[in-house]
Amino acid sequence: MSADPTRVLAFETDCHIFDGCGFPSPGLHSFIFEPLWGDGDSNLYFNKTMLLALLGSIIVIGFFWAAFRRPQVVPGKLQMIAEAGYDFIRRGVVYETMGKREGEKYVPFIVALFFFVWMMNLWSIIPVAQFPVTSIVAYPMVLALIVYIVWVSLTFKRHGFVGALKNFTGYDKSLGAALPVVMLIEAFSNLLVRPFTHAVRLFANMFAGHILLVLFTIASWYLLNGIGIAYAAVSFLMVLVMTLFELFIQALQAYVFVLLACTYIQGALAEQH
Amino acid sequence: MSPLLNIAAEELQNPLVPPIPELVIGLIAFVIVFGVLAKKLLPNINKVLEERREAIEGGIEKAEAAQIEAQSVLEQYKAQLAEARHEAARLRQEAQEQGAALIAEMRAEGQRQREEIIAAGHAQIEADRKAAAAALRQDIGRLATELAGKLVGESLEDHARQSRVIDRFLDELEEKAEAAR
Repeated sequence: MSADPTRVLAFETDCHIFDGCGFPSPGLHSFIFEPLWGDGDSNLYFNKTMLLALLGSIIVIGFFWAAFRRPQVVPGKLQMIAEAGYDFIRRGVVYETMGKREGEKYVPFIVALFFFVWMMNLWSIIPVAQFPVTSIVAYPMVLALIVYIVWVSLTFKRHGFVGALKNFTGYDKSLGAALPVVMLIEAFSNLLVRPFTHAVRLFANMFAGHILLVLFTIASWYLLNGIGIAYAAVSFLMVLVMTLFELFIQALQAYVFVLLACTYIQGALAEQH
Repeated sequence: MSPLLNIAAEELQNPLVPPIPELVIGLIAFVIVFGVLAKKLLPNINKVLEERREAIEGGIEKAEAAQIEAQSVLEQYKAQLAEARHEAARLRQEAQEQGAALIAEMRAEGQRQREEIIAAGHAQIEADRKAAAAALRQDIGRLATELAGKLVGESLEDHARQSRVIDRFLDELEEKAEAAR
């Protein structure tokens, strides 16, 4: 059926205001793509977000490959830009949270994580692609899961089994009778809520951002009829403003994501008090 | 909403339930990025950053060494200059002293030569005077004798005696002159 909203882009319809046509508002269907290959009902398919995820990886690797493959002591322009990004994450995020001695080991992980997430977010405003990969919850989830595995395993390694449990539950004798309740809440908060919020924070931001962009883009097209043209202009202006805003949010959310990852790892490294 | 949209919405799954294939692709994509960065590119750049740090620190050390050397060379140069000045002053002093000595010597020599010449002159004058006196004495004796001969009308033959008389007379004259002086 050609009217299936999962297949139809806003611009592919002749639907305008005053034409007796309802507003084709964006929704969950804006995040579902027909498989480019395979069958959507089975688990064997390949769609746009997967393509963008792999392409994004190639772009990140390509950028750093070009910049750091044969790095010079006196850097060129590209190397200088890449170094600035690398240094920002290394000093500004990893050293700041974990310290230089403990943090050094996690620099590659956090740097890869930041630039990967940022690239996946950036797809949102890159023409033709125009879809943030991280607005599909699977991608933030898999990243949050990796971070979760890293810091939980690190806690066991660092503090032993009992020590790790104390770490997770915020064990503190001075709490007295309230201790069991606190331990329960802490364990729930740390082990279950934390990875979920970590993933959903990124996902929801990108999801909402994409909805906003699509909303104003569709509205600009839909209003392009009669007196509606004036409103279409306003709507189009909003597209530009939201694009700039998204550009900012994308970098910010990538930063928040890795900063939280560092905080979790730092918590695993920290001695108990 | 059209019925079509409703049908589609019912088929949509919960956006918080991740599809398995996307999880797999996400994992693969991230692992590739992490692998390449961690194994190859970041060690690369870390090495270069370390080299750069060393180069900068090495440059600073070199500059410090150069400065120290320049300082020592400057001091050496200053010392040499002072020594040279000292030497020049000493030489000038020596030259002055030598010059003064030379002048004094020349002056003494000149003095000596002058005195010699004067002495020689005096001796010459004395000798001339003596010769003149001797010659004069003989002439006076002869003239006096001749005169006396003419006056007495005869020639005084005994020349020797005659001469003795004249000499005695002249000596007497001289003694008188000495006494009178």
